[in-house]
Amino acid sequence: MNPNLTRLRRTMMFLNAQKPSLIKDPYIYKPDSIMLDLEDAVAENQKDAARYSLYHALKEIDYHGVERVVRINGLETAHWKEDIRVCVAGRCDSIRISKCESAADVHAVETEMEKAEEEFGVEKGSILIMAALESTKGIMHTYEICTASPLLFGVALSGGDYTKDLQTKITGTGVELAGARQQMIIAARAAGKQCFDTVFTNLDDMEGFRKECEMIKAMGFDGKSIVNPRQIAITHEVFTPTQKEIDFAEKVVKEVDEKKAQGIGVFTVNGKMIDIAFYPGAKRTIEMAKAAGVYEGDL
Amino acid sequence: MINAVGRDIPEEIIKATGMQPFKGSFARNGEEYKKAAPTVRPRIDPTESKLVDSIADVLKKCGIRDGMTLSFHHHFRNGDKVVNMVMEEVHKMGIKDITICASSLGSAHAPLVPMMEDGTITNIQSSGVRGAIGEAISNGKLKGLAIMRSHGGRVRAIESGDVHIDIAFIGAPTCDEYGNMRANGGKSDCGVLSYAYVDAQYADKVVAVTDTLVPFPNLPASISQVNVDYVVEVDEIGDPAKIATGAAKPTTDVRKLMMAKYTTDVVVNTPWFKNGFVYQTGVGGASIASTKYLGEIMRERGIKMGLGLGGIAGPMCNLLEEGLIEKLVDTQDFDLTAIHSVATNPNHFEITGSEYANPMNKGAYVNRLDYVILASLEVDVNFNCNVVVGSDGVISGAQGGHPDTAAGAKCTIVITPLLQGRIPAICDECTAITTPGETVDIVVTDYGIAINPRRQDLIDCLKKTKLPIYKIEELRDMAYAITGKPEKVQFGDRVVGVIESRDGTIMDVVRQIKPYEWD
Repeated sequence: MNPNLTRLRRTMMFLNAQKPSLIKDPYIYKPDSIMLDLEDAVAENQKDAARYSLYHALKEIDYHGVERVVRINGLETAHWKEDIRVCVAGRCDSIRISKCESAADVHAVETEMEKAEEEFGVEKGSILIMAALESTKGIMHTYEICTASPLLFGVALSGGDYTKDLQTKITGTGVELAGARQQMIIAARAAGKQCFDTVFTNLDDMEGFRKECEMIKAMGFDGKSIVNPRQIAITHEVFTPTQKEIDFAEKVVKEVDEKKAQGIGVFTVNGKMIDIAFYPGAKRTIEMAKAAGVYEGDL
Repeated sequence: MINAVGRDIPEEIIKATGMQPFKGSFARNGEEYKKAAPTVRPRIDPTESKLVDSIADVLKKCGIRDGMTLSFHHHFRNGDKVVNMVMEEVHKMGIKDITICASSLGSAHAPLVPMMEDGTITNIQSSGVRGAIGEAISNGKLKGLAIMRSHGGRVRAIESGDVHIDIAFIGAPTCDEYGNMRANGGKSDCGVLSYAYVDAQYADKVVAVTDTLVPFPNLPASISQVNVDYVVEVDEIGDPAKIATGAAKPTTDVRKLMMAKYTTDVVVNTPWFKNGFVYQTGVGGASIASTKYLGEIMRERGIKMGLGLGGIAGPMCNLLEEGLIEKLVDTQDFDLTAIHSVATNPNHFEITGSEYANPMNKGAYVNRLDYVILASLEVDVNFNCNVVVGSDGVISGAQGGHPDTAAGAKCTIVITPLLQGRIPAICDECTAITTPGETVDIVVTDYGIAINPRRQDLIDCLKKTKLPIYKIEELRDMAYAITGKPEKVQFGDRVVGVIESRDGTIMDVVRQIKPYEWD
C-alpha cells in the first residue's frame, strides 16, 4: 500500500501553479500539503504557461516532504488530459480531480494517469488521487467515488460551487453546508478514506476560521483546504492532539496492552472507564501526534 | 589597497579624498583629535533683527558663492520642501559647484537631478540617497563624489572638520524670531531635530526656515538662538502627510511574522534580556511585529526595558505608555504617535545625532545598546551588510544608524528575507559593504537564522532553543538553490561614490553602472 494514502493532511494550501513567487518555497510555512492549481486560479489563455511552470517546479524544487497535490482542470474541459501528462511527467504526489461527480470520472482520470505513467516510465500507483466534490450530484455519489479506486485517498468539499448548485450561498453560519459535510464524512469513513473541508476565504475573520476548524474537527474531518499561510497555525493547532489528549491516549494504549495480557477487559484510566473499544482511537491519537512531530513518548 | 573587509579601494580615491582605507571597526578607539570650529559673526547689538524676507535674501546675506557647502536635515523625510526650495534659489542665482551635506536625501529631492547635470551641485554627502538622485549618481551625473556616511559618521565628519558647512538651512516646525527652533507645535511637526543639532553648532551661517513663526521664546528649544544667524518664514516647509503616517497596520505577511518571531526568540533567549535592557529596532513590518511579540513576553515575565533608542515609531511609544519601557531617547520620529509622545511623555527624550551615534565623542548612546534589530538589502557569508547599493548596482538606500548601532550593540540582529524578489539576500559577496561583518551577530531570514561564528556565546545559548539555526553558507545555498548563483553586477571604472565608515575611513566605493555586456 502506498503509505501516502493515510498521511497527515491537516492543511492543504491552494497555490496558483503559474506564480513562481508562490510556488518557489511554500514549504517554509510547513503546511501538510500544497495544492498547485491549474484550474480556477489560472486564466483560460494561460493554461499552458501554468503547466510549464508547474512541471519545472515539480522537477526542480525540493518541497521538503510537503505533499504536492495538483488540481487539474475539470473533465468537461480540453485541458485535463494534458494536465495529467504534466503531473505525471513532473511526478507530483497526488492529482485532485475537479468537479468529480461519479466513479466513472475517477476511472477516466485513472486511465489517463496510466497512459502517462507508461509514457514517462513512472511507477504505476505511485501517484495518488483525490476528488473534489463541487456539486449536489457529487455529494450524492460520495461513497461511489470514495470506493472507485484504491489510489483515491480522500474527498474534499468545494463549498463555493456546491452552494451555487444548491441554489444558495455561503452564509457564514455553515447551515448551507451542513448536509454535504455530514454526508461526505459518513461516506468517506464508511469507505475508509480521508475527508477535507472547503476553504474559508475571509482572512480578516481568524476567530470565525478557528470556530469552523473546531466544528469540522468535531464532525470527523481530517483537515481543511486553506488559501493563506496565516491559516496554517490555527488549523494545525486544532487538528493536532493536545498534550493532555496524548498523555491520555498513551495511558490507554499501555493499559489496554497490559490488561489484555492479564485477561482484564474493563478498567479505569484517570477515573474514566476504559475498554478495548477505546484502543483504536487512542492509537490514532498517538499516530497523529507522531506525524505532527509533537509526540515525545516511547510508543 | 585592500581594506579590512576585503574591498579594493583605488589609490586615486585615497589620494583624492585624503581618506584611509577601513582598518577595523574599533581601530580609532582612543585616538585623540582636535575638533573643528565655525566662524561666528556675533550679534551684540540687541536691536538687530534676524528675520529675513525670503530664501533669496538670506542666501545673499550669507554670502552665497560658488563652491560652498550647504547643509540640510531629513527629519521631514519624503515630505521635505526645504532642500528643493533653497536649491531652486541657488540655481536661479547661477551659483555653481555646491556641495550638499544632508543627513539624508530621498525621493522628494528628485528636482536636484537637473542641478547635478548642469553643475550647480557637484558633490553630495548624505546618509544615502533614494530615487532619482541615486540613479543620477550611479549613472555618473554628479561631477564630483557622493559620500555616504552613517548618522554617527556624519556628526564625526562635521565635528572633526572633514567637512565644513558654510550655510546650514534648518527646517523648523516652529521657530521664534530670534531662532529658537522646536519640532512640535507647527504645521509640519517632525517630533525632533536631532540630526540638525551638529549643523547648528558647526556651520558658519545657520538659517532657520519655518512655516510657523511663534512668539518668543519658543521653549524648550531643540536648537537654540545662540547658534542661529537668520530666520526665514515661508509658506510650507513640508508635506505633513509625507512626514509622518498614522499608526501602521500590523503586518499580516506570514514571512515577516515568522522573522519577527525568530527575532524575538533570539532576544528572549540571550543573557541581556533582563530588567533594564537597552534596545533599538526599526520600522519594517518584521521589526514592528517583533516589538509586539517582545512586549507580550515582557508582560508575561515582568521584564522592563530600561531604554529604547533611535528612530522611534508608535509600537515603542505604546510600550512606554504601558510602563514596559522606562525611557525612550529619540533621534527621529516615524509616525504621529511618536511625534505626540516626544512632545508629551516626560520619559521620552530628544537627543542629538552626536549623543546617539558619533563614534569619536566620549561615548555615544549606541555603545550602551544590548540589542539592535536592523534590516539589510544583502548579507554576505562573512556577515558584511549592504544597505546602500541595490543588487542592480544603483545607489538606492541609506546607511542611517546601521553601522553605528551594529558596532555599539552587544547583540546585533539583522533581518532579511532570504530572497529579495528574485535576488538572494544571503550571498557570497555583497554588491557593496556598509556594515562590517565583525559587528553583525545574527542574521534572521524567513528560512532560519545564522549566528556569526565569532559569537560562540550566542551559539551556546541559542542551540538549546527550537530556533532553526543554520550556518550562513547553508542559508546562501538555500537561496542559490532557488535562484541560481547570480552574476555580479557589471560596473564601469569611474568611482561615483564612497561609502565612508563611521570612523571616517573608506569602507567601500561605488562605481558608475554600465549596460550589461554579454561574454
